[in-house]
Amino acid sequence: MEKIVITPQIVEEHGLTPEEYGHILTILNREPTITELGVFSVMWSEHCSYKNSRFWLKKFPTTGPAVMVKAGDENAGIIDIGDGLAVSFKIESHNHPSAVEPFQGAATGIGGIIRDIFTMGARPVALMNSLRFGKLNEPNVKRLFDGVVRGIAHYGNCIGIPTVGGEVYFDPTYQGNPLVNVFCLGILKHEDITLGRAEGVGNSVYYLGATTGRDGIHGATFASVELTEESEERKSSVQVGDPFMEKLLLEACLELLQTDAVVGIQDMGAAGLTCSTCETASRGNSGIKIELDYVPQRETHMTPYEILLSESQERMLVIVKKGKEQEVEDIFEKWDLHASKIGEVTDDGIMRVFFKGEQVVEIPAKAIAEDAPLYQRSYKEPAYYKKLKALDLDAVKEPNDYNTVLQKLLADPTIADKHWVYEQYDHMVITNTAVLPGKADAAVIRLKETDKLLSMTTDCNGRYCYLDPYIGGMIAVAEAARNIVCTGAVPLGITDCLNFGNPMKEEIFWQFKNCVLGISDACKSFGIPVTGGNVSFYNENPDGAVDPTPVIGMVGLIQNSDYVTTAGFKQIGDEIFLIGPIQSNIGGSEYLSIIHSIKGGALPEFDVELEKRVQSCCLELIRQRSIKSAHDCSEGGLVVAVAESCILGSGQKLKLGVSIVLENISGRIDGILFGERQSRIVVSAAPKMADALIKAGKKHNVPVTRLGVVTQETISWTVNGKKVIDQPVKESAQNWKGEIERMLS
Amino acid sequence: MRFGVVVFPGSNCDYDCYFAIKQWVSSSVEFIWHKSTRLNTYDCIVLPGGFSYGDYLRTGAIARFSPVMDNVIKYAENGGLVIGICNGFQILLESGLLPGAMLRNTSLRFVCKYITLRTVTTRTPFTASLKKGEVLSVPIAHNEGNYYIDEKGLEELQKNSQIVFQYCDADGAVSDSSNPNGSLLNIAGICSKRGNILGMMPHPERCCDPLLGSIDGLKIFQSITESFKKMQTA
Repeated sequence: MEKIVITPQIVEEHGLTPEEYGHILTILNREPTITELGVFSVMWSEHCSYKNSRFWLKKFPTTGPAVMVKAGDENAGIIDIGDGLAVSFKIESHNHPSAVEPFQGAATGIGGIIRDIFTMGARPVALMNSLRFGKLNEPNVKRLFDGVVRGIAHYGNCIGIPTVGGEVYFDPTYQGNPLVNVFCLGILKHEDITLGRAEGVGNSVYYLGATTGRDGIHGATFASVELTEESEERKSSVQVGDPFMEKLLLEACLELLQTDAVVGIQDMGAAGLTCSTCETASRGNSGIKIELDYVPQRETHMTPYEILLSESQERMLVIVKKGKEQEVEDIFEKWDLHASKIGEVTDDGIMRVFFKGEQVVEIPAKAIAEDAPLYQRSYKEPAYYKKLKALDLDAVKEPNDYNTVLQKLLADPTIADKHWVYEQYDHMVITNTAVLPGKADAAVIRLKETDKLLSMTTDCNGRYCYLDPYIGGMIAVAEAARNIVCTGAVPLGITDCLNFGNPMKEEIFWQFKNCVLGISDACKSFGIPVTGGNVSFYNENPDGAVDPTPVIGMVGLIQNSDYVTTAGFKQIGDEIFLIGPIQSNIGGSEYLSIIHSIKGGALPEFDVELEKRVQSCCLELIRQRSIKSAHDCSEGGLVVAVAESCILGSGQKLKLGVSIVLENISGRIDGILFGERQSRIVVSAAPKMADALIKAGKKHNVPVTRLGVVTQETISWTVNGKKVIDQPVKESAQNWKGEIERMLS
Repeated sequence: MRFGVVVFPGSNCDYDCYFAIKQWVSSSVEFIWHKSTRLNTYDCIVLPGGFSYGDYLRTGAIARFSPVMDNVIKYAENGGLVIGICNGFQILLESGLLPGAMLRNTSLRFVCKYITLRTVTTRTPFTASLKKGEVLSVPIAHNEGNYYIDEKGLEELQKNSQIVFQYCDADGAVSDSSNPNGSLLNIAGICSKRGNILGMMPHPERCCDPLLGSIDGLKIFQSITESFKKMQTA
């Protein structure tokens, strides 16, 4: 093979700075080969090394009594849930691939996150997704939305893992740059924890699964230097997912892990073979030697550079105990999977790659995996921050007709019911889905053969984070916890997917830093550890960066099915209470954005201590079986939350309404009705429980206010003696349930 | 009574069927690997839902060539009980054990939700314990559940009372608005002439557990065990 001289231009095309290249020269004590440069380039990319974000990510609390595998140590964290069981979960972004090719982009995102979970030895049992798009009336947004949902459905339905929950937001900030964040959760027995480690000199390194092609190779610019134009045309930039192959991989790997033949296992995701070999060796304090000639290839004349950097999907690396190879090969054979021994574990700490008998890579494994550069990027407060905060909202005119406002908000695609989305996902396979999507504030699955259930949610309001990144970050955690609590669960841990613009821009980095601090402080205050996650920078469109969107995926534990609580009202005559403050404030609300087209104002005050007390109060009432429904008050405020509880509680025939009367209310009425003060939960209870609720409020030092009573047919609100809302539930239900489908048809 | 649940590569409701039968039907149940050729020890064969072989061709089109299917065909021809659910129904159609074909849903989308089913006939072992006209609440989850058969075939089905389930509204009325996928005559499940083979798109195994919202699916499995008991004593 012709030797390529590394020029500063080639270094730059690999996204490496001259300083980083200097560091490579020091590590190697010589000039790298082009293949080695490729290896450093992907391993030191932001995606793999978190070089721009790691300094701040270290602020997250990552430990706790139940944490069995910590964030960052492995593919995903693991948390003990008792009974000898544990959960592993993680969220990851697939924003850019989905923007280019929504169907395959989203599908391969699902494939990747599932692999991250089963490599830990866990059986994946639930998926969720957190999606953000531009305004739904735009044709291109419709195409992206439809493609992403189809892609997720295609992969998740075929592999047979239920998509049990998630969220979808529509806001102009995501125009041209959709966010597609996918979450997977798996369950495992303590003894089945499997680590991505290459240990034991002489142990075999196996390649398992799909063949390697030229898809998704980084350093594409460079590749055209080395390759001819003709071969460039053959390259496919979009990865194509094969959920059937992954289903076989999943079953074969889990069967394999029941033997004692496996030392370590790792998926080939980002940076493919490169990442999986050097990370497993680095974690195992070993070296690794592989021969690329044994890597199954789907294309001809692939160079070592391409084979190492390919991101072909559905591939795994398995480290097998010496002498147990046959046992492993028999299992692969059973599942009709191709397995190939490509190398072995060594003791010299070096990652060595051979191609046609020639050594093409010789790098200390630890140096690539752990000595990545670490930057403290500079930041500054954006000009908009103080300006928007000081925006005079008193000038915003209060509407005359609140009925119309309610209907408009219910039909706002961000607030509207998402059955059009979740009915395309198989959300019941594996027969654990104890609460169907949309029925409660978080998804609930049961754990077979125990009394316990798991609750999970994803949450983030990007507008809050734009207006105040620190408070927005805190609210994302608080709202996720509130949703978990509303189902009757205690939060266990979070995984985060931090979606931001270009980190080299100081104002973007300021948003990032403050969001991370907000999340971190909220997690510390709640005592919830961060068990892993993902950073996605460079989410920009021609108009600028997306709103900072640090999506929080949270998982909670419900002790038994008696505690499972849903959001819909249950019975006529039940009384409705608000746990939390009544306060008028329209800053940063969906109401302000949809009705008045204003993105601004100071966010309503947020007090994490009050939030915790509200949640404790709600959880105690659930455990006392004092309340029949619990629904968090979020986008659209109090009126929307109550309307949703009416609609969710209504059947085909009987429609549940409300009669709500508020007296001695001060401040703007629209702020009372539609403001988005946090730390609030709407609950319903049998009339005889009223005392218990008031008592619990006193005990936890939180306001508990009786709002009204569950009635039939009509949503009625009277404030300070004036009837402000009087709407048939049927109409509200039609707007809330039908709008997304109407807009798409 | 012994159930056998066939596992094709890409089956994903195999364990759900296994679990429901073991946990709620309290019958003995085993998995049957798709390469297996011995079926004679089972009293009922379940072809479960999923995406056998990825369903990259037509649904069920490759699974029918699985080694196990030759024996399922022989087993069924000898009068053995076979129930195909969702992808299992599609495989029964592809293998010719049941007549007709599946088209894509008219929405051209995958659809997963609870629907209501009308029990059209109780002459099969799968429905013998149900009441004629009984309405069951059972989930569906499929992309290709739009059942089609030509006019002559439909006449045959009707003449031999092979239509077992129809999609209906909560009161049992069969109408276009209660049809989730465009199926001819709202057909959700059919049986063979002899009644020993049932194919149905809805998933009874998903609604056997009170915690999951409906236990109407259990009625179908219980009907199988009760019919079997009667067949044994007869």
